[in-house]
Amino acid sequence: MKKKSTLMGLAAVALGATALSTPAFAAVSDESQYIFNSLLFLIGGFLVMWMAAGFCMLEAGLVRSKNVATMCVKNVGLYSIAGLMYFLIGYNLMYSGVAEGTGFMGTFSIWGPDDSGIEAGDFSGGYSATSDWFFQMVFVATAASIVSGTLAERIKLFPFFIFVVILTGIIYPIQGSWEWGAGWLDGLGFSDFAGSTLVHSTGGWAALAGAIILGPRLGKYSEDGKPLALPGSSLPLATLGTFILWLGWFGFNGASQLAMGSAADVAAIANIFANTNAAAAGGVVAAILVTKIVYKKVDLTMALNGALAGLVSITAEPLTPTMGSAALIGAVGGVLVVFAVPLLDRLKIDDVVGAISVHLVAGIWGTMAVPLTNGDVTFTAQAIGVVAIGAFVFVVSAVVWYILKFTMGIRMSEEDELAGGDYAELGMEAYPEFGKGSQIM
Amino acid sequence: MKLITAIIKPSKLQDVRDALSSIDVAGMTVSEVKGFGRQKGHTEIYRGAEYEVSMLPKLKLEMAVSDSIAEQVVEAVAAAAKTDNIGDGKIFVLSLEAAMRIRTGETGEGAL
Repeated sequence: MKKKSTLMGLAAVALGATALSTPAFAAVSDESQYIFNSLLFLIGGFLVMWMAAGFCMLEAGLVRSKNVATMCVKNVGLYSIAGLMYFLIGYNLMYSGVAEGTGFMGTFSIWGPDDSGIEAGDFSGGYSATSDWFFQMVFVATAASIVSGTLAERIKLFPFFIFVVILTGIIYPIQGSWEWGAGWLDGLGFSDFAGSTLVHSTGGWAALAGAIILGPRLGKYSEDGKPLALPGSSLPLATLGTFILWLGWFGFNGASQLAMGSAADVAAIANIFANTNAAAAGGVVAAILVTKIVYKKVDLTMALNGALAGLVSITAEPLTPTMGSAALIGAVGGVLVVFAVPLLDRLKIDDVVGAISVHLVAGIWGTMAVPLTNGDVTFTAQAIGVVAIGAFVFVVSAVVWYILKFTMGIRMSEEDELAGGDYAELGMEAYPEFGKGSQIM
Repeated sequence: MKLITAIIKPSKLQDVRDALSSIDVAGMTVSEVKGFGRQKGHTEIYRGAEYEVSMLPKLKLEMAVSDSIAEQVVEAVAAAAKTDNIGDGKIFVLSLEAAMRIRTGETGEGAL
């Protein structure tokens, strides 16, 4: 999705209309287009908001019982922080006053809606300003939730929240301005329809920096580097979370068409829905087959990661592929994730839910795959975007994590980590009637 | 009096209960436990990491019985819990020094 200025938005709508060779019906009025476009943002927006529940359940299901309530607090908290920060700083830093084709960032100011035109019957804005803010806001929340999954079970709560404040207020908006804010990457021809790089890789890079600086969970890696399995507390919750994310992704990719005021736009959105679904399906099937072949038994958590990797892979370009291509793109994502997870373990980078494998690895693949189905985009432009955003997000995140580490500390004490976040940070149990659960540690 | 502790496979509980009802064992306590004996575990893989599944779920039954029927109870439990596969479990007999029914205050064999 590329967010363009209001004039460009009108042009995009007009282009969509002329894609039909002979319009058979009367042209949609400006006001109707305004309504449909706003509706798309609002519906897509609340679908993506629902992905916050998906991440929460996925992460809660993949951590041990003693950390489940903590994961829930982190997810409810980060979604809320994202919403507030994006209002206070984020949106305008990403979209307001970005030099077109060359800009590196917007302006530091509190966002406010500007729908003054519609009172006078001027609908040239194309959509309600607040509907656009709302739609963009849920995207930054998605990026933040990626970080919470990786760092689970040993990160301290408040340093994590502080990182989220900076990620959602500063880091995400600045790199977002380079592409969707029509900044310098957009000027170079970099293309990221719904955020394989801008949202998923960004979250993944921030998570990677955190995981390296935070260190692995106690006992996760033995002296000779063998990883210890730490099974999650509820696979049904993890599965439910994945299905919720799958549903929300129709809003994530579909509404990134940014317009619904013409038949051509709606047809595009329909294709995006179908491709999004196909990619997830491809990812699941690939992951099931690969785990069966490599591990002799199917790993449900890998199948779930496969679905998400497929979704992330198609997110950079869910419109131009055929459904078959979308399924294949998703399948490659699913295969990558099955091998990326143990690879990270070999590097002793402890990623509790596989978020780095799903969002960063598949995010890079999805971004680089765009030229395969979209002739207007070059591999060079994509590579520049991947590297530039990767370097920026990773380095700035690392600096923030280090500052937090050496000021307030980011890691729970050994005693607290063994007792679990629920006891140490919350003083309550997720499952009080089920005792301490079947922990190996 | 004897305290008979039996570790059995969870699927055998109903068979053991049926066998004991005919011997007039008044009651038992059942707990869900994990353990291993000579039945070694096996390895599984979770997200690419191998782990030993050596702790297997079992049930622990505890019954306080009078000396006169202790041997009968042991035989009945063993016959009912046996599957002829490894992991069937074990039975321990401990000397029980004293017992009391809380509601009435009865002690000794009258409490069983």
